[in-house]
Amino acid sequence: MKRVVVALIPYLWLLGLFLVPFAIVLKISLSDVAMARPPYLPQFSWNEGIGAFLSQLDFENFTFLTTDDLYWKAYLSSLKIAATSTLLTLLIGYPIAYAMARTPEQWRATLMMLVILPFWTSFLIRVYSWMGILSQEGYLNQLLLGLGVISEPLILLNTKIAVYIGIVYTYIPFMILPIYAALHRLDNSLIEAAEDLGCSRAKAFWLVTVPLSRNGIVAGCFLVFIPTLGEFVIPSLLGGSGTLMIGKVLWEEFFNNRDWPVASAVAVVLVLILIIPIVLFQQNQQKQQEAES
Amino acid sequence: MKGKILGAACLFALATAVTAADEVRVYNWSDYIDEELLAKFEEETGLKLIYDVFDSNEVLETKMLAGGSGYDVVVPSGTFLQRQIAVGAFQKLDPTKLTNSANLWDVIEKRTARYDPGNEYSVNYMWGTTGLGVNVKRVAEVLGEDAPINSLDLIFKPENMARLASCGVHFLDAPAEVIPAALAYIGEDPDSHDPEVIAKVEPLLMAVRPHVQKFHSSEYINALANGDICVAFGWSGDILQARDRAAEADAGVEIVYHAPSEGALMWFDQMAIPVDAPNPEGAHTFLNFIMDAENMAQASNYVFYANGNLASQAFLVPDVIDDTAIYPDAATLENLYITTPYPAKVQRTVTRLWTRVKSGT
Repeated sequence: MKRVVVALIPYLWLLGLFLVPFAIVLKISLSDVAMARPPYLPQFSWNEGIGAFLSQLDFENFTFLTTDDLYWKAYLSSLKIAATSTLLTLLIGYPIAYAMARTPEQWRATLMMLVILPFWTSFLIRVYSWMGILSQEGYLNQLLLGLGVISEPLILLNTKIAVYIGIVYTYIPFMILPIYAALHRLDNSLIEAAEDLGCSRAKAFWLVTVPLSRNGIVAGCFLVFIPTLGEFVIPSLLGGSGTLMIGKVLWEEFFNNRDWPVASAVAVVLVLILIIPIVLFQQNQQKQQEAES
Repeated sequence: MKGKILGAACLFALATAVTAADEVRVYNWSDYIDEELLAKFEEETGLKLIYDVFDSNEVLETKMLAGGSGYDVVVPSGTFLQRQIAVGAFQKLDPTKLTNSANLWDVIEKRTARYDPGNEYSVNYMWGTTGLGVNVKRVAEVLGEDAPINSLDLIFKPENMARLASCGVHFLDAPAEVIPAALAYIGEDPDSHDPEVIAKVEPLLMAVRPHVQKFHSSEYINALANGDICVAFGWSGDILQARDRAAEADAGVEIVYHAPSEGALMWFDQMAIPVDAPNPEGAHTFLNFIMDAENMAQASNYVFYANGNLASQAFLVPDVIDDTAIYPDAATLENLYITTPYPAKVQRTVTRLWTRVKSGT
């Protein structure tokens, strides 16, 4: 009995923190915008009954999303930014994780600590400090000007480059940690065996190390890709006007147009898009578990 | 177990009930008050003041539309106030509790009555204009000494903007401010609600948008003051605050503000009490405190915005009352226009146009 209760708890979390809010958002996405408080109709009332309430819902807001190219362009641009950032994070994160796994045992805990350390400061403050670093009069420009590398300050803040820097910086621990976990378990004698059998170091890395850290790579990529797709804070603080992302479009529907139903429809579609990588991630995790047991 | 939870819930309800009576929660614009006034309020009234800030009407409006914001006093601008009154977001003020109402300035009250007939729901906090903040030296370097710094030519002529892009231009991220200015620039009615007329500003805005570094409604204060940008299309008092911060920093940055010669938008920020305010009594106390002539003057002296309080003018420093950028002279006043809220359909057109302008799609 006790076991059933313990097993139920995560499902209750899922129900309370994901399914119920999602059902509410879905309901709003099927309503119509109105001058009211809150600004949509119909609002559920027990007097009218559930049947009458449901009959007033329709898919109008979803068809509306197809009439304007803004929405698919924003989804596409978000996907592109998320994919590029994931790749960049992987390219930078992998060598870090590799170096960490190769350092002598006694240093690893300290290195791990350094990767996690930024989480002790608020995420928002860290993004703000990037504004201080990247601005035209910021530390980076002052340093480069002082060293004589550049003669004119670089415009970095409010560009796409700043967005990528912000995203890579913020999410890189999520890439390093799973890859490190995979590499750290790697049996060194496998590489020695590969080298004994005539592999060069680089070849042994490609043929042995990379495939064996595959699960870590996949987990890291999903952990970076999924939150980046809906990212709103980093592009709005570091990005310029040209950075089109779905999080921003959602904000505008909600705040500027006061159109909660369309905003909810945008959010529902975003969840549907995210379900694909989440399901893939889940399958990968399962496979990994099966392989281990 | 159930009893415990219920007990805790009761305690919690009791706790919120107790705090509500001696707490006032105010939600005002960022950089919009002398913080000494907040301490003074707590001292004088014995009420605990919780003071939060926002930087866009949209954020406030969403809280008002959702309800249950928990705030006792909020400060929407006129056009937003009008719409929020219509959906029943505010309660009528109790004139008997506002003993300082004799201080108010009828000239401003007459104008704010366009949004709030009879001023039944709101009291003016500050008012101002929307215009051009210029880093004099940098702009002269880029455009020459005769740069049109008091005309919308500065920001709406693509050739000017192409050159200004090298030193940085910020626009307010507020279509309801920028579109009327663009309409005024092309000689249309700035308060037009006709989608076809509004569409006429699109080519103009699209031509200058590549040269706008950022559309944002509060960052330009620091950016101007630090010399990160050289032009901002923003709110009068914010730009004047940037001017003062730059002067204090003494790093050679000189900022000026001009209401554009083509006409400028005049706006009003109104203090109002949400219909579900936990402490309406305390809200009235706060309103009455701000309506005191000396307190209101202290706020204006600090933030460089004009207020709707005639009696406060005796206490304003010359830098404020004599500055025509803050208290415009009769000729400029003549040149100011006001706008009214867009209906929902038109709002969507306006937002969509704005998204196109900001993102290029």
